[in-house]
Amino acid sequence: MPSLRIPTLVLACGFLLGALPALGEDTDVRLVIRDHKFVPAEITVPARKKIKLVIENQDATAEEFESYELNREKVVPPKGQVTIFVGPLEPGRYPFFGDFHKETAKGVLIAK
Amino acid sequence: MLGIAILVFREVLEAALVVSVVFAATRGVPGRERWIGAGVAAGVLGAVAIALSAGVIADAAAGMGQELFNAMVLFAAVVMIAWHAIWMATHGRQLALQLQALGSEVSVGHRPLVALLLVVALAVLREGSEVVLFLFAQVAGGSGWVDIAGGIALGVAGGCATGLALYLGLLRIPIRHFFTATNWLLLLLAAGMASQGARFLVQADLLPSLGPKLWDTSTLLSDRSLLGQTLHALIGYDARPAGIQVLFYVITGALIVIGMKVWGKPRRTGTHGAHGAPQAR
Repeated sequence: MPSLRIPTLVLACGFLLGALPALGEDTDVRLVIRDHKFVPAEITVPARKKIKLVIENQDATAEEFESYELNREKVVPPKGQVTIFVGPLEPGRYPFFGDFHKETAKGVLIAK
Repeated sequence: MLGIAILVFREVLEAALVVSVVFAATRGVPGRERWIGAGVAAGVLGAVAIALSAGVIADAAAGMGQELFNAMVLFAAVVMIAWHAIWMATHGRQLALQLQALGSEVSVGHRPLVALLLVVALAVLREGSEVVLFLFAQVAGGSGWVDIAGGIALGVAGGCATGLALYLGLLRIPIRHFFTATNWLLLLLAAGMASQGARFLVQADLLPSLGPKLWDTSTLLSDRSLLGQTLHALIGYDARPAGIQVLFYVITGALIVIGMKVWGKPRRTGTHGAHGAPQAR
């Protein structure tokens, strides 16, 4: 059946691209979620470098890290830890929030 | 209650828009309600299962399980849509002719409905699992049952109403252009999903971003506005896309177009009478 070829092609391209190694040095930054707040609520990171953001959730409920400015979203399970790669970022302020507790979980990443 | 309703609405909206496009694209197919209903049901069950295993998924693949899972779900949906779009390019013409001639819902032979069932199920699963996780957190956080039930009801109703509005809008397209339109919509939907999938792989550092922010149109149309979100779900609008997302978008769209052109050439198999029998596949 010829109509099966395209999906196969799409998949193959995806795998090929996925196999490419991502280059660059990372800078590690740690962030804790406690009582539905980000600690620290403000973090400064070097600009123009890829950032490895490690987020630990100490609460018993899930949170979703989300940022429109960083174009990222990721669920952080209860008592769990996740990693998110962002950047390299131009100097500036990049607000983020916890989508499941918007009133309290707010923070900003400052690239300098 | 409003906060719960808004989050539920946002997630339901995205899934509902996908379901609407699929529902429109399957116009004239007998039993499509059952197929799509089954897709939604499977998606809801899957969403609960995913939410329950969120911790396991997050820890998998060195902490990148969530991104890999999301990307796989998105790419699977892309493949299913591509398959269907290409199939429709070969058969849509006959379908439109028959609909036009009979002016009613007619049988048009079998179609890869399984593909679209999966597209629906995967969309509901992806958005639904976030809703379920959020609701778990609400329950654990001591929100009242009235607030939660009311929020779910409002959010689901609002999301479904928007999806229905889109569907009714699509039905106004003249029938001879109808399947061309829904096919293009499916193509853009697939391209958008491919772009989102690529974003997850960049987030997991499995793909180079090729420029973390190729452009920024957030002042023009914000991702968080209702229109921005609607376009995000439908055609993959992203106010700040990474270069690789644009690349995935264009390549996916191009591959589907090529597929439709290569295998979608009109087949001159004689005239189709008003009551022409379904074309055997």
